[in-house]
Amino acid sequence: MIRSKWVGPSIIIFLVLLSLPSFIPRFYTYILALICVTSLLAMSLNLVVGHGGLFQFHHGVFYGVGAYTVALMLKKTSLPMWAGFIAGPIVAAMIGLIIGWLCVRLSRLYFGMLQISLGSLIWVIVFRWYSFTGGDDGIFGVPMPSLLSSLKNSYYFILIILAICLILMYMILKSPFGSTLQAIRDNPQRCEAIGINVRRHQLIAIVIATFFAGIAGVLFVALERSVFTDLLFWTLSLEIFIMCLLGGWFTFAGPILGAAIMVALRTFVGIFTEYWTLILGIMLILIIFFLPEGVMGFFQKLFKPGTKDAAERGKG
Amino acid sequence: MLQVEAVNKSFEDFMAVSGANLTVGKGEIVAVIGPNGAGKTTLFNLITGALKRDRGKIIFKGEDISELPPYEICKKGISRSYQIVNIFPRLTVFKNVQVAVLSQQRKSRKLFQPAKNMVVSETKDILESVGLLDKAHGVAGALSHGDQKILEIAIALGNEPELLILDEPTAGMSPEETSATMELIKRLAQMRGLTILFCEHDMDIVFSIAESIMVMHQGRTLIQGRPEDVRKNSFVQEAYLGIE
Repeated sequence: MIRSKWVGPSIIIFLVLLSLPSFIPRFYTYILALICVTSLLAMSLNLVVGHGGLFQFHHGVFYGVGAYTVALMLKKTSLPMWAGFIAGPIVAAMIGLIIGWLCVRLSRLYFGMLQISLGSLIWVIVFRWYSFTGGDDGIFGVPMPSLLSSLKNSYYFILIILAICLILMYMILKSPFGSTLQAIRDNPQRCEAIGINVRRHQLIAIVIATFFAGIAGVLFVALERSVFTDLLFWTLSLEIFIMCLLGGWFTFAGPILGAAIMVALRTFVGIFTEYWTLILGIMLILIIFFLPEGVMGFFQKLFKPGTKDAAERGKG
Repeated sequence: MLQVEAVNKSFEDFMAVSGANLTVGKGEIVAVIGPNGAGKTTLFNLITGALKRDRGKIIFKGEDISELPPYEICKKGISRSYQIVNIFPRLTVFKNVQVAVLSQQRKSRKLFQPAKNMVVSETKDILESVGLLDKAHGVAGALSHGDQKILEIAIALGNEPELLILDEPTAGMSPEETSATMELIKRLAQMRGLTILFCEHDMDIVFSIAESIMVMHQGRTLIQGRPEDVRKNSFVQEAYLGIE
């Protein structure tokens, strides 16, 4: 299993988060839950962006597909509820397989462009197919199991699933597959020359990442009980991308930090001005200039001087 | 072991390789020489599958490999190093080699086992044999140029090749590093029973270590033979050995 100096602190953070809802107002519990869901989404994207070096420009689609799948199944079928919860990530991963299979044939920017096109296609289908998806009205009042009836319970559920997913992601990144994926990010050409089928590995990484994005989508429904087409819109994909950059895309937990910053900014600065993105823009500019490896990357550099300027070297 | 027959490759209008022939026997050390732009690197790229040839045959151990992708060719037993350093700069030196060993042992797709306990002794053996073991836990991008060139070879060894192709293994090295590297290559060839195909600009090195030399000029093979025969060739004398 996992042996790392982070085990202790992680357990403490987990326990603190678990006990928080008893002390803080309902609104903050909701914001924390939202941060957890968004963190999982950003972490899933970072598997392929930060660790895989892929231009996964439209990751939001898989989040939306996961959310819509569970919402539609709970609302429109009489199948047991757990089936919907499981179907979400599976359908997201299947869409990930199809889109990924097409995209890995192309390199870098072309990969990203094709993914935006294919993702937008799915968005249009969801947006236009009123009779099935509710179009831009979305789906409201998704029934939930009684276990998730209160906000507190939903929060516990989300937190526990997030913790399990983070452990799984950590294991994947520390596995031979994780090492190979990072090697592909650094130098795909060399990987081919040492006997690695680069496209196959990239496709597996995409399927894994979209599976986790699907889980995040399911958690979103568990929290909000509703879905809307913005979940699949490209601006959301851009936001998740920014979260990874903001937090530090060469670190494991950076995207969590990025997600927390984004959600907090939108919520708390959003109260004072609807132009909260202006603050975000200024922060991003500062970070790109002064912390090119993100907030988490900056702290890692402080404590581990050996990892200095990894981004610089990567360009060589 | 390796047979290159009348291979052609053009980039748009430019014939990079036209009519290259090469024979590499098992256990041999073969050098390819020729001026810049003669097509040596292109020839190596064709053999390893990084480029596809237009015409001709590339036969390795009795099998035509000219249509295979690079990762399949690697699995047949050919691995290579590059003229310009081509490593994984953000990974540690250890991981650079480990990734190759994992690939060789078909373990690259294991998802939930910790990699740090896998193929450790194999990886350390390779690092020790090239003399990089004490730098194993540093980041590869931080190594000196000479060490990065050695790491190039170490990564290639991770695949347990039968045929090792070295594209100017000593490019950019100091004279001391160069002779140390050539000693290392000779020693590795003996220790591991490797067949080696390399190209190099330094004629002293080539004639001291190679058992067979192939001369390329403007994409063509002029001659391939034993060093003493190649030395007698009038074109080679004029172009490389400075004998009028």
